[in-house]
Amino acid sequence: MEAMLALEDGTLVKGKGFGSEGIAEGELVFNTSMTGYVEALTDPSYAGQILMMTYPLIGNYGVTEEDFESDRVQVEGFVVRELCKRPSNWRSQRALAELLEEHGVPGIEGVDTRMLTKKARVYGTMKSALAVFKPGNGPSEAELLRRAREQPHITELDLVDRVSIREPRFLEADGGGGRKLAFLDCGAKRSILKQILRRGIDVWLMPFDYPPEKIMELDPDGLFISNGPGDPARVHQTIGTIRELVGKMPIIGICLGHQLISLAMGAKTFKLKFGHRGSNQPVKDFESGRVFISSQNHGFAVDESSLAGTGLEVTQINLNDRTIEGLRHKELPILCVQYHPEAGPGPHDTHFFFDEALEMLR
Amino acid sequence: MPKRTDLRKILIIGSGPIVIGQAAEFDYSGSQACKALKEEGYEVILVNSNPATIMTDPGMADRTYIEPLVPEALERIIARERPDAILPTLGGQIGLNLTVELAERGILDRFGVEAIGAKPLAIKKGEDRELFKESMKRIGIEVPASGLASSVEEALRIADGLGYPVVIRPSFTLGGTGGGIAFNRNELREIVERGLSLSRVHQVLIEESLIGWKEYELEVMRDLADNVVIICSIENFDPMGIHTGDSITVAPAQTLTDVEYQRLRDYAIKIIREVGVETGGSNIQFAIHPETGRTVAIEINPRVSRSSALASKATGFPIAKIAAKLAVGYTLDEIPNDITKETLASFEPTIDYVVVKVPRFAFDKFKTADATLTTQMKSVGEVMAIGRSFEEALQKALRSLEIGRHGLGCDGKDKRPSLEEIVRKLKLPNHERIFYIRYAFQAGMGIDEVYELTKIDPWFLEKIRGLVEFERELRRYTLDTIPTQIIREAKRLGFSDLQLAHILGVSESDVRRKRGFRPVYKMVDTCAAEFEARTPYFYSTYEEENEAIPARRKKAVILGSGPNRIGQGIEFDYCCVHGVLSLREEGYQSIMVNNNPETVSTDYDTSDRLYFEPITFEDVMHIVENENPDGVIVTLGGQTPLNISKRLEENGVRLLGTASEAIDIAEDRERFARLMEELGIPQPENGIAHSLDEAKEVAMRLGYPVLVRPSYVLGGRGMEIVYGEEELIEFVKEAEEVSPEKPILIDKFLEDAIEVEVDALCDGEEVLIGGIMEHIEEAGIHSGDSACVLPPVSLDSRTVETIKEYTRRIALAIGIVGLINIQYAVKGGVVYVLEANPRASRTVPFVSKATGIPLAKMAVKLMLGKKLRELGVKERLDPGYRAVKEAVFPFAKLPGVDPALGPEMKSTGEVMGISERFGMAYYKAELAAGMALPTNGTVFLSVKDRDKPKIVGVARKLKELGFRILATKGTANYLLAHGIDAETILKVSEGRPNIVDAIINGRVDLIINIPVGKGPRSDGYQVRRAAVDYNIPYITTVAGALAAIEGIEAIKRGEMDVRPLQEYHRIAELEAGAGPLEKPLAQEWARSL
Repeated sequence: MEAMLALEDGTLVKGKGFGSEGIAEGELVFNTSMTGYVEALTDPSYAGQILMMTYPLIGNYGVTEEDFESDRVQVEGFVVRELCKRPSNWRSQRALAELLEEHGVPGIEGVDTRMLTKKARVYGTMKSALAVFKPGNGPSEAELLRRAREQPHITELDLVDRVSIREPRFLEADGGGGRKLAFLDCGAKRSILKQILRRGIDVWLMPFDYPPEKIMELDPDGLFISNGPGDPARVHQTIGTIRELVGKMPIIGICLGHQLISLAMGAKTFKLKFGHRGSNQPVKDFESGRVFISSQNHGFAVDESSLAGTGLEVTQINLNDRTIEGLRHKELPILCVQYHPEAGPGPHDTHFFFDEALEMLR
Repeated sequence: MPKRTDLRKILIIGSGPIVIGQAAEFDYSGSQACKALKEEGYEVILVNSNPATIMTDPGMADRTYIEPLVPEALERIIARERPDAILPTLGGQIGLNLTVELAERGILDRFGVEAIGAKPLAIKKGEDRELFKESMKRIGIEVPASGLASSVEEALRIADGLGYPVVIRPSFTLGGTGGGIAFNRNELREIVERGLSLSRVHQVLIEESLIGWKEYELEVMRDLADNVVIICSIENFDPMGIHTGDSITVAPAQTLTDVEYQRLRDYAIKIIREVGVETGGSNIQFAIHPETGRTVAIEINPRVSRSSALASKATGFPIAKIAAKLAVGYTLDEIPNDITKETLASFEPTIDYVVVKVPRFAFDKFKTADATLTTQMKSVGEVMAIGRSFEEALQKALRSLEIGRHGLGCDGKDKRPSLEEIVRKLKLPNHERIFYIRYAFQAGMGIDEVYELTKIDPWFLEKIRGLVEFERELRRYTLDTIPTQIIREAKRLGFSDLQLAHILGVSESDVRRKRGFRPVYKMVDTCAAEFEARTPYFYSTYEEENEAIPARRKKAVILGSGPNRIGQGIEFDYCCVHGVLSLREEGYQSIMVNNNPETVSTDYDTSDRLYFEPITFEDVMHIVENENPDGVIVTLGGQTPLNISKRLEENGVRLLGTASEAIDIAEDRERFARLMEELGIPQPENGIAHSLDEAKEVAMRLGYPVLVRPSYVLGGRGMEIVYGEEELIEFVKEAEEVSPEKPILIDKFLEDAIEVEVDALCDGEEVLIGGIMEHIEEAGIHSGDSACVLPPVSLDSRTVETIKEYTRRIALAIGIVGLINIQYAVKGGVVYVLEANPRASRTVPFVSKATGIPLAKMAVKLMLGKKLRELGVKERLDPGYRAVKEAVFPFAKLPGVDPALGPEMKSTGEVMGISERFGMAYYKAELAAGMALPTNGTVFLSVKDRDKPKIVGVARKLKELGFRILATKGTANYLLAHGIDAETILKVSEGRPNIVDAIINGRVDLIINIPVGKGPRSDGYQVRRAAVDYNIPYITTVAGALAAIEGIEAIKRGEMDVRPLQEYHRIAELEAGAGPLEKPLAQEWARSL
């Protein structure tokens, strides 16, 4: 199969196609992790995006379902330098191309991913369109470029709605809980749930727009807002829920959840030029003075200058660009982080976040 | 935390001579550390015995001691300098061991010196297998089952419990020295015996075998705030069972999922904390079972290592530099990332390319060595290559190796092995195995089959099979029919033009012409392009975007020397680095090309631009085409760049300095001989033979013994002294393989001549003699293996004048612009010229350290058009003290190899001893080389009849010094006849107990054994080998024995002196004729000695 990738700035590259035939649209984002493509592909936060790995050899260790972060591939399309056709690992169940094909996701290989990454770095994240087709069957270059340009911007998409669960579910903690956490699923990764359940806390998994009164009815020990895709400013329902429940119970957030808590408290968010996506992001913790290596995947961030009057204070920053990585409320039990302490993929340096945060549940 | 202000003066320990397992990487790390600490305003005191290093350049530290790395010397240096702290983690195993010893002897406490980086306890936890095991148990990390043995019996018991095979690891040795794998009790006995004798604490670990498991390494850094980052993961292509230094390795890890990688990362962090490495880098090794994923920790090196040098070059993250800064109290988030400038060192590098390291072996030099790869390291160097695919990086690495290969096969060097041979070569790990994997696939073997034989991960095997398949496809085309797209595909897989030429049956230039596109250069930037990089460190690949945009300014390219090997080592890297500095001083942009990750020249901040590339015609031309430099320097990197100089020039590249025509005059023996005749300079009678018959005829005419060698080789490769026609016939047979189109050179061998070597500079008009060195060993021993002294100690002034005069004439006549090295032999008052090398030689750094004249730097200025008189440097032929260079050999690492010396070079490194008088300088050089000359005890003497008269004086002197003499019957009788009392002991062939028994039983303190006859069966061999295996000082020449006596006399007379190089150079400067006011200073200093 052949493949073409078009960017909104007019860049068009050709390569070999894999996965599913068809045309995908989305922001082209790059991830610098050298491992963890299975986790990334199944991370709901990538909904609406075409994911590109900067490491050139992808698929080496195949696919293991155990490592999934949700029940399906979430990215719109996948871009790699070289796809491994014959993976090798004792846990591998199949090759990567099969996974994408099964989930109807197109992929392209054989392109200069470093050049594309540099473009994103210089010009910012761009809208893109990826076509995978049989020879002679593809769209024209002009057509693909048009689709890259004319698609809606990520700030115009309601992506959380696409990935959140529909009906609430109760998850019992390993060994049976006692304390219960109301968990708003904006596109949660399984690793987050695993970390919570592992700590003996039961979870009420709820849709992102689950009404606050119904949450109150369950009388949970705390509220958790998960990670998820897209522009936080569009997720009004969840922001409203948080606002409603502030002061009534401890509130914890990760990634999108962190942004939604900030918005609910009156802060602002903004879109980063090209985001943080990788497993090597240094986070400085002010209290301990320590630096932790974190896993990150976000295109938006909380604006530090908007924190005044929100009661939130910065606990952690990113040492690369000094953006906010962690917030805490000065009085209320509210704690949230921008990065992914659950890892999956990425380093486990910040697993302790769950201990600290869940400590608030009394 | 800011840097510590309670420290003012820091002592750094270097790693000493280059040996197997400890190479140039420690010059790289030590140099970085010196720079980093000086930058922070600390006073840096450096001690290292290796003069070929950049770190021992007088500008690198405030005071530089080129002294033996032994506690006695260190104690004196510490007493003199009173440093506040000692930084032991940058000088390899030597630095660590020395620090532990200094601590144990109470020297550190006595002088109030703090060990920074790693405390002695942490070092011990890393090194002591039993402590390591306990530590791992405490933190719940599995290690291989094992037991510690102090005797063979104990070892046997443990092994029986574990089941064979077992791995034997001696405690506290370097590069797995003395270790091995035993498949049965006999092998165990043999290895354990050797291992016990080599272990400093007389202990070996007997360990469960993990042969065939996947092997990984993580490079970890920690700071005082307990921040830990992983710099790089490395996956070994060769599975467990082969020392990682001998394995092909790949960065980053390729076949681990994130879950598995993070497990290793978690373990690594736990381990570095538990072992207690406070700050700096450590290397931690793991093994993973390929089917179950069971993960065990193998070891930790609590210091920078060969792997950390590799990791630094592979990622762009300067581990040693950062380690030095962490040691003085900084935390990772206080140190900027040099490459991006805007981000900090507290992150984990991520890369967007593949790095392949391939070790370089020297089995061609040691034909009798067991070439099977085991847990004891045998390689002498390595190359690294970077590509956007594994195949590209692998093939680039293979053609960087300089073993005559241009990639993975199809380069005209392929063999047609039988299936049986293939199976054998796959099963028993060896340095050619990578090529045999290809043969296996060509022969139709499957992945499973090859995996069963090699246990190399199928991922790698699949890549090689892919290359074999692609090669098949290529063979369907001709130059005319091959589509550009296919050529592009081939280039992406790393095929060189030369390989394509062989496949398509055309010439390399045909492919070059047809190709029509060039590679692009991408940057190594630590962050996969996430941030803008400021440091131009490039590798070639076949992609869209070229990031190496050439600068518009004056610039020159320096071609490096490639992998370390015997004959071409760190000395040439020293010259290249000086070349870079010189270019910068002259306002040129310096562009370095090299592929050896151990070196200072491939440090990203050495040159203005670094191309990490193979040094082949094709790869260099691409760089030249991209950069369009004002010139290319080919005379600093040894023979490597010289070999392609002619073709570069033919393709329009401007060479700086000595022209390729002049190079040819010096290198072509016939042309050189003609020139010497014209100049009236005597040469040993010689001739050239293009056939065996011709060779016999020439040898007959000259009279035996003759020196025979193939032309155009370095390090005396294939050179031999031949005493009769039979030997000559054998030599010619072998020589055919060495260099096919080249004739054989035959020289009359001047027996017992003194060899003299000169390094000189020439600007085309004038000549400056850098140094004259007199070899200690007589002519016939390769100059690289011979000890030498500067200035000469036994030549009369007339001879020295003749040598100076000849040197001037030869340099001018050849047309040298830059450096020349000339070797002479002096016999019967006649000076003969042996050969001239129109380039920087191995001795340039030694001469520069001995005299203070930066020869290589000056050479580059001459190449750029400056004249000697403009540089205003005076000759320092007698600096007022003596500097001795001694060679260091790898025999202990190569069981079974005969340690006798000859015209073929065998040493891997060198040390220098410097003192007012020859005796002490020689003693210190020997000590630094690992030969602690005894001051009393028993000397064993055995010499051939021819040398017996000469040994009488030696024996008498030894007696006077109070030694007991033990000799074989012939020698003993001869000595008795001359009134010297000697005890007789049996030769090995005469029965038992014999001399080898005496050596093993520790009854011999010094061995003087002049070789008679070659081959492993001879008596002499048995004695020399026992000396190496049981670490007894041994001497194989009469001249060496005489020098040793002087050394013993000196040390018996007085204590070892230590003095920094900077003081010596001041003296040399004054001796060379400074103003009259300064002269008394020099005299005063001399008196104080």
